[in-house]
Amino acid sequence: MRQHIIRVWCFAGVSCFVLWKQVDAVTKTITLPPETAQLKPSDLPGYPIARAKCAICHSADYIQYQPPNMSLAQWTAEVQKMRHSYGAPIDDGEIEPIAIYLATVYGDASSVSAADSRKD
Amino acid sequence: MDTRSDRASGMKTLAARPSRRIFLRGLASIGAVGMPLSSLAATFDTGEGVTFADGPRPLIRYPGKRPLIRVTTRPPHLETPFGVFNEGPLTANDAFFVRYHLANIPLSIDTDTYRLSVKGLVKTPLDLSLQDLKVLADPVEVVAVNQCSGNSRGFSSPRVFGAQLANGSMGNARWLGVPLHKVLEKAGVLPGARQVTFNGLDTPVLPTTPDFRKALEIEHALSPDSLLAWSMNGEDIPFLNGYPLKLVVPGYFGTYWVKHLTEIEVIDHPFDGQDAFFMKSAYRLPDNDCACVTPGTNPEKTRPISTLAVRSFLTSVQNGQVLKAGADVELKGIAFDGGAGIKSVDVSIDGGQSWRSGELGRDLGRFSFRQWHLRVRFAQRGPAILQVRASNQKGEVQPEHASWNAAGYRRNVIESTKVTIA
Repeated sequence: MRQHIIRVWCFAGVSCFVLWKQVDAVTKTITLPPETAQLKPSDLPGYPIARAKCAICHSADYIQYQPPNMSLAQWTAEVQKMRHSYGAPIDDGEIEPIAIYLATVYGDASSVSAADSRKD
Repeated sequence: MDTRSDRASGMKTLAARPSRRIFLRGLASIGAVGMPLSSLAATFDTGEGVTFADGPRPLIRYPGKRPLIRVTTRPPHLETPFGVFNEGPLTANDAFFVRYHLANIPLSIDTDTYRLSVKGLVKTPLDLSLQDLKVLADPVEVVAVNQCSGNSRGFSSPRVFGAQLANGSMGNARWLGVPLHKVLEKAGVLPGARQVTFNGLDTPVLPTTPDFRKALEIEHALSPDSLLAWSMNGEDIPFLNGYPLKLVVPGYFGTYWVKHLTEIEVIDHPFDGQDAFFMKSAYRLPDNDCACVTPGTNPEKTRPISTLAVRSFLTSVQNGQVLKAGADVELKGIAFDGGAGIKSVDVSIDGGQSWRSGELGRDLGRFSFRQWHLRVRFAQRGPAILQVRASNQKGEVQPEHASWNAAGYRRNVIESTKVTIA
């Protein structure tokens, strides 16, 4: 974007000098590449909740790019951190399903079945 | 005073020059729409045998940047491909890593209306335009490393949550700006001042999320090292690195280098409240000598992360490379620390059994990357492990074994590069 600046100097009311020049506009604007990362679809009840809640503040690659094999306990702590430290609007009842979805799909799925069998 | 040598009269005109060549709007739309398919498809393998992502990490072109490794999309986090560090002691602006914490980042900045406010416990609150800042005091230049606290986090073992970074979340640049203490002195710091807080244009999506703000102790803020910089390697600071004004804290981790700086506040107490989160809860290390804990345990006490640990890298050889037996090979790399200055760089080509001193390159200042090189010859064929170990002027040496902390901060273990001699 360019602006035109015209300056006029007059001396003794008789002779005038005109200076015309182009300068760059002072506003810089950027456009970021599109966001393409998507959470892995799943039938687990935590999937739609994670899609709705996590995406408010960050892209799905934040989740996809975490180390593999994180346990349900570790993912649960992570979801709690999102709620308590970062103020994510996650209800009490939503923490467990989100963590189960994340641990099953991105982490150590065996830690989820182990937790399940302890409950039984 | 090697680091602050160019106390530059001529610098003022240089920095105040409007940038005629950069049409970011144009670049940005190319990045978004006309992005070559090759850059979309390109991916980056760190060659370290560690999974950093759910699949290979993509190389993507962002405004003002060459294709960089995308760590995350929103907020943007981009890593520098490691080969860049072999190009020279200064990291090119278009290759410099990018890291934001909050998703509401500025996308358009008008430097005519841009203001920096200096307020709080000061005699005269200031509301400064960029032009005011440029003439407030003689501009000062410093070459300094900006390294992310979590650089190399992906190599933590056991693995830890967080951006899974290889070694490319660091860079070294020549920063030009006005000393922070001159700005504070202009405002007149009042008695009772304890800390100075810094805020930039990026904001959280939700009001319940802490803003990204950082604090320095008043003594540190009044010491000569820190700058409010508007120029990086002789050009405007790239938009995604904090254009038009960035806090530069030489020797300190990048978390303190606040981007798009708009607000400085002097306070009479340790920084507190919701927006102190990135000082009080995040970016903290175990408060002990090794800044480490036994994996899986919690530290008794923590402290804010501060200065860079001494580090060095081999940049001329990649993991898995094949080198020739019986011929001279020139090894080359970089070393840096938190400001004591690099004293020596030792190199081992036999997995740490014997070490030879590398020759140090030109000294660009105690906060800068220091290049090193060493000519070696491999007698035997087969696998070999190349290692590099730096010591600084305070006698600190890189450790043989990596220490561990839950956030994966401040890694500085001796690096090993596995090669084959054939």
